[in-house]
Amino acid sequence: MISELNLQQQKGVKQFLTFIMADEEYGVDILTVQEIRSWEEITVLPNAPEFVKGVINLRGTIVPIIDLRLRFGLPSIEYGPLTVVIVVKIEFEQDSKIIGITVDAVSEVYSIAEQDAKAVPSISETNNDDYVAGLVNVGEKMVALIDLQKTMNI
Amino acid sequence: MSIDLSQFFEVFFEESFEGLDTMEAELLNLVPGEEDLETINTIFRAAHSIKGGSGTFGFSSVSDFTHVLETLLDQIRQGERTLTTEHVNLLLKAVDCLRSLLAGLQAEQAPDLTEADTLRAQFEEVLGIKGATQESTTQPSDNQPDSDTYQIDFKPHHHLFKTGNEPLIMISELEQLGELDTTVFYDEVPEITDLSSDECFLHWRFFLNTSHGKSAIKEVFEWVEDDADITIELCGGLFTDDIPASATNIIDSNAVGNDAAPTLEPLTPEPITEPTKQAKPIKPTSASANKKSTTPESTSIRVGIDKVDSLINMVGELVITQAMLNQLSEQDITPATITALQEGLAQLAHNTRDLQENVMRIRMLPINFVFSRFPRLVRDIAQKLNKQVELKLIGEQTELDKTVMEKISDPMVHLVRNSLDHGLETVEKRLQAGKDPVGTVTLNAFHQGGNIVIEIMDDGQGLNTKKIQEKAIANELISADNHLSDEEINELIFMPGFSTMDEVSDLSGRGVGMDVVKRNIQSLNGSVEVTSAPGVGSTFTIRLPLTLAILDGQLVKVAQHTYIIPLISIVESLQIDIAKVSRVGKNLDVLRLRDEYIPILRLYDIFNHDNAIESLDKTLLVVVETDNQKVGLLVDDLLSQQQVVIKSLEANYQKVDGISGATILGDGRVSLIVDISGLIKLSGLKKPGSQELSIESQAALEAL
Repeated sequence: MISELNLQQQKGVKQFLTFIMADEEYGVDILTVQEIRSWEEITVLPNAPEFVKGVINLRGTIVPIIDLRLRFGLPSIEYGPLTVVIVVKIEFEQDSKIIGITVDAVSEVYSIAEQDAKAVPSISETNNDDYVAGLVNVGEKMVALIDLQKTMNI
Repeated sequence: MSIDLSQFFEVFFEESFEGLDTMEAELLNLVPGEEDLETINTIFRAAHSIKGGSGTFGFSSVSDFTHVLETLLDQIRQGERTLTTEHVNLLLKAVDCLRSLLAGLQAEQAPDLTEADTLRAQFEEVLGIKGATQESTTQPSDNQPDSDTYQIDFKPHHHLFKTGNEPLIMISELEQLGELDTTVFYDEVPEITDLSSDECFLHWRFFLNTSHGKSAIKEVFEWVEDDADITIELCGGLFTDDIPASATNIIDSNAVGNDAAPTLEPLTPEPITEPTKQAKPIKPTSASANKKSTTPESTSIRVGIDKVDSLINMVGELVITQAMLNQLSEQDITPATITALQEGLAQLAHNTRDLQENVMRIRMLPINFVFSRFPRLVRDIAQKLNKQVELKLIGEQTELDKTVMEKISDPMVHLVRNSLDHGLETVEKRLQAGKDPVGTVTLNAFHQGGNIVIEIMDDGQGLNTKKIQEKAIANELISADNHLSDEEINELIFMPGFSTMDEVSDLSGRGVGMDVVKRNIQSLNGSVEVTSAPGVGSTFTIRLPLTLAILDGQLVKVAQHTYIIPLISIVESLQIDIAKVSRVGKNLDVLRLRDEYIPILRLYDIFNHDNAIESLDKTLLVVVETDNQKVGLLVDDLLSQQQVVIKSLEANYQKVDGISGATILGDGRVSLIVDISGLIKLSGLKKPGSQELSIESQAALEAL
């Protein structure tokens, strides 16, 4: 078991948590995920960009909530009981920030080898290719791996 | 057996910085001509410890420098030299220099020795010695013309090893000084059965041919002065050959024995070398462990054990209350349990409040930490300006938050400088005015309500109101036909770009300053004001919140959102009398309140919130003041007032304009704290605003 793990590390296999937005599946490195919460009432920040929904109290820390649909230019939907907030810790150059992102629903955890990820075609309709680090095929599905640093560099 | 000395570096630095503080404080107490021997001894001891410590750790730049300093002190101590003001100044400079040397070493940077070398040259000049003789570490050659032979009798007391000293090291140090011949006497060594391995029974006679003076030899033995009989005499002649050859042999074997040779006869001190070698490096730590010291880093604070104990007590109570509530939760709910539950919760609230107050107290330090730097500062400045100044410190034990303290230090330095430079007159002028030639600057700190008040008073000439007014008009800060009271004019010195000094001195008067002071203080949610009477003096009063972590806030409702306005900036809250509101310009409403014109800022508009009440007669106006500028904030409703704990938005997000931070309300929701000056900027009101705005609006109103 341990040797298998080592082998995986050597091959550059990472685990990704995937979630659904507008029927597409996206993935983030599972090591950045702190927790998954349900949607709750938030405090609106004045004059914030549209995709910044506001801030919540996460056990005494003020954490901003980003609507990933709006960040990616997707049509927004009503938040419902299934709306999920994934709290991620993102390492930036100088510091790290804890940010919550809202997604439609959480999906799976996949182990993906890094070399399996393919580059994003440079012509993209939504201009979101900046935010996507790579694409991988898992079975019949395609998962877009998100570059959180770029996505959250507000 | 080697010990990693680097683990003791931090202790050494702490101890040395403390020593320097002591030296500085004592030097300031020194009055040439009436010096107290005990004071000089204290200074000497501090210098000596620093020298010893830095020598042990191999910081030769520090130890070499301290050496000259110490020589001067020693001569004064011995009465060979009388203390002059020049000496004190030089010593103070040396303290500064040592401080920067040590700070450099602590930061593991290569030390900048230029300052040290200049100072050292000055010391040597005072001491009347040439630089060359100070290079005591270099090996002297035999044919130096002025080499002398000394006979040294060294008879350590039996307990020498217990003090952590090692004769072998001293002997090898002597060898460094010149040609050494050694005789060891072992007549006192008892029978092997009575031999105690941790006592020293040997004594020595050395003949040393050296070019270094007697003092260099004394220095070798200075750590053991009290633990041995030492005589050092000048023999006059050169080496004699009648020294028994055996002596040298013993020394040789001694040196070899250092690497452990257990076969040697018990006469040699060899078996003892191991424990003493261990004891020596440990000594500085054990000595410093129970000593008070101040760490220069702002990352740690020293907390009194009583404060920690009371915290532990409170946590204990909290645990008991929690256990009680837990027990209640397991019982069936009856009216009796509900009452008990309520009682328990009340107790919990009480415990929490106590705990909060006590945790806050941990961050509190006496303001002495700031005050203590002023005696030196005042002395230096007074000397530079050729004024006579007495500094009085009152309320040094007043406690305030460490963060506030760090930030208030610079503004205070500036104010004190100003008082000395502009406030106090020269001796001649004071005499002319019939005042005591010695001016007084008083620093006074005390608590008032939830604030700490720091007063900086001087008995100088006071602010020159007329000059300030002229200057303000020249700088177009106010119009020529203003009708300002003297107080209002005096407040103008806090405006940016203001200086009445005709000539710029290197102390103050560059025109940057008072506005920076004011801004710094305001960034701490504090305020500063000045009162002045011509010929009597001026007083600057700084008011600061005790802590930055907690703020008294007024909760207000804007649309469906709750915001917090710092209570300290609120002047009043009122219902708007529509008849007194006028529209100025495109979309600025101004309220005439008594004889002032208050611009109305619509919070919902600035923050872009929908569904707020927009008509002026159904809303409330909170009048706030910042930067001498009053504005009215339009809110839907006033909610409660409460203390809030300030949380940073920047930690996980970024700065939000018009918002200074966030807090968590009792129900767990996040509420944002309004930043008044940011809000004014955001609203597009002109700054400095109040002047221009009121004049502009006045004109507009008169036109109506």
